Amino acid sequence: MTFEYAPAPESRDIAALKPSYRMFLDGEFVEGTGEPLKTLNPATEEVLTEVSTASIADVDKAVKAAHRAYDRVWSRMPGSERAKYLFRIARMIQERSRELAVLETLDNGKPIKESRDVDVPLAAAHFFHHAGWADKLAYAGYGPDPRPLGVAAQVIPWNFPLLMAAWKIAPALACGNTVVLKPAETTPLTALVLAEICQQADLPPGVVNILPGAGEIGAELVAHPEVHKVAFTGSTEVGKQIQETVAGTAKKLTLELGGKAANIVFDDAALDQAVEGIVNGIFFNQGHVCCAGSRLLVQESIAEELLERLQARIGTLRVGDPMDKNTDVGAINSAAQLARIRELTEIGDAEGAVRWTSSCPLPDKGYFFAPTVFSEVQQAMRIAQEEIFGPVLSVLTFRTPEEAIKKANNTPYGLSAGVWSEKGSRILWATQQLRAGVVWANTFNRFDPVSPFGGYQESGFGREGGRAGLEAYLNV
Amino acid sequence: MSYGRPRVLPVGHFQDVVRDESSLRRFLHALPGVDQVGLEQRAAGLATRSIKKASKMWAIDTAISMIDLTTLEGSDTPGKVRTLAAKARRPDPGYPDVPAVAAVCVYPDMVETAVTQLSGTGIGVASVATAFPSGRSIREVKLADTRFAVEQGASEVDMVIDRGAFLSGRYWQVFEEIQAVKQACGDAHLKVILETGELAGYDAVRRASWLALLAGGDFIKTSTGKVSPAATLPVTQLMLQAVRDWHAATGEHRGVKPAGGIRTTKDAIKYLVTVHEVAGPDWLTPKLFRFGASSLLNDLLMQRRTQLEGHYSGQDYVTVD
Repeated sequence: MTFEYAPAPESRDIAALKPSYRMFLDGEFVEGTGEPLKTLNPATEEVLTEVSTASIADVDKAVKAAHRAYDRVWSRMPGSERAKYLFRIARMIQERSRELAVLETLDNGKPIKESRDVDVPLAAAHFFHHAGWADKLAYAGYGPDPRPLGVAAQVIPWNFPLLMAAWKIAPALACGNTVVLKPAETTPLTALVLAEICQQADLPPGVVNILPGAGEIGAELVAHPEVHKVAFTGSTEVGKQIQETVAGTAKKLTLELGGKAANIVFDDAALDQAVEGIVNGIFFNQGHVCCAGSRLLVQESIAEELLERLQARIGTLRVGDPMDKNTDVGAINSAAQLARIRELTEIGDAEGAVRWTSSCPLPDKGYFFAPTVFSEVQQAMRIAQEEIFGPVLSVLTFRTPEEAIKKANNTPYGLSAGVWSEKGSRILWATQQLRAGVVWANTFNRFDPVSPFGGYQESGFGREGGRAGLEAYLNV
Repeated sequence: MSYGRPRVLPVGHFQDVVRDESSLRRFLHALPGVDQVGLEQRAAGLATRSIKKASKMWAIDTAISMIDLTTLEGSDTPGKVRTLAAKARRPDPGYPDVPAVAAVCVYPDMVETAVTQLSGTGIGVASVATAFPSGRSIREVKLADTRFAVEQGASEVDMVIDRGAFLSGRYWQVFEEIQAVKQACGDAHLKVILETGELAGYDAVRRASWLALLAGGDFIKTSTGKVSPAATLPVTQLMLQAVRDWHAATGEHRGVKPAGGIRTTKDAIKYLVTVHEVAGPDWLTPKLFRFGASSLLNDLLMQRRTQLEGHYSGQDYVTVD
């Protein structure tokens, strides 16, 4: 007999799923006047629940409510008082962490072990971190009394629904701004539970408003004349549209967009751990990560050995039911995203790259894509250039360190990069040459509220997290 | 599947490495480094696997069958060894279907007693040797120690490496000593204890693992159990990588034995998950993976009863040795 892991599913009941969810406006849960949407569990394709969405009129109401809250309460409140609310929200996220994790996995398709061990703890950590800043802004390096901006319009993606909401809301509130946030169309649920937490924390009405809806609601929100700050995380295409909308206004803008990160492995790297880092870099969250290490650049002399080890390791990844505690790779978030991944991988075949796919079994229903590696990829191929946003790795080789840097930087993006070497001087040299907002050395996809995150070029601008991240929400 | 191993290194494999002192040193120092953070992160990840129901039952029985039931105290008596042997044969009198353990592990002077008790059962008798646990003696004494254990009937010998020589870079001396002990073992299987708690860092553990494999050790073992820290999950993961890579290079299977500090079923299952996912399913057999333990067995038996009976039993329901 072999060692089969019996199913170890987390209980769905913990999510306390309700038959319907409503938007959060001016401190109340109200029926939106937009067309209600049904949100799916991508692992089963079943409808989870119905969510009421905002209309254009609701956007206006929400912005006005945020404005009132800003003028009357939030901007006047001492930082030490704002901090108390943020600390309270952070603790309540921790208290409801299991519920949030299960709900996130149901709505998004990511494995429960990731929502449990990464998304939810990091969301709480962002609130804790920024709660600490609220009464210390004078020491952040932006002058003796930095002022908030006003109403922040925030639009977030579906890959880390709760975590992105925390990344956006926590610094905005800490700096004294109020918020209107639009979660992604396919993953609105955890943001609405966060709204419930804000309500239970007695956050003054209007300080946080959450409006589910499709892209046009996001467009309406960022275009609203009474918005002072726009923060967007999502695709480069939408980011460009937002930049056009905001151009010529006084609105302050930060964009966190796509990426095509290079993960560079030098021949003196700690091989077994580099393999782990490569796997984590591209298969974490099914590769739905803007900073995913989707281009592996490996030094020629170890390329063959590394690829063998990598494939053996990827073969042990368990793909399937995201609710199972032993699942490593969960479901693709939507049929549309699955179609895009399929399209780009077919292009990879047509371009002549060599496809290898893990032989792991896939569930019969739901949106799943087996971990895939393309080798013999050339810079000129689309799979080396375009963001696939799925569990697909492109492998390129290099001979000299200079060539590695040149290839790594040869992209319109510039969000993240990884360097693997046991030689400290080489790591320092490479990180100085790499044009990326985040460079990891001998690790990948590590996040912490203390370290700023953001990109270059088509990966966007502005930083989130840490001292640098405060700048985006202060009038400096 | 056969796990037989040739007496000498397979022709063409690593002959150039073990040609002389400097070639051996060059090879060991050219092994890829180990990144501590990454290694420990992977170990922590493997430790979160949730093993339930039928797979837990399978893991418990497999773990029992992999135990080297150990007593290595100055106060050991023939009576204690006889008790241990009885427990090794039938770990839980209430459940005769519980598998026997892999071996009992004793000091050389207790081997005869253990052999008498276990003859014909298929359960091995392992003896520590080579001036265990410190290894601080001259080679003649270490070899005499080994020969005595084997003459008494030990089927397995657990030797300690000369950590002083290893840490000061005298790899050739350690290599020759393992080879000499191997020769003195005759047909007995040799487990080479690296005492990882005394080696400075993971890079040294990797070097020591390869050194022991090159010198002909059938198993590499983490610890004597007399030094803290003893076995850890990251160190065992690293040693499993070594036997996996050895197999990839030579086609031979060699074994790993974590020893010391593994006391609970939960811990044992983490190790089995690590064996399964790092080395592979081939290693999930007592021929290639052992636990050096004493109190672990009772916890496994209690958990086994819990699985079958649906409630926890107490210490009083398992035998105390």
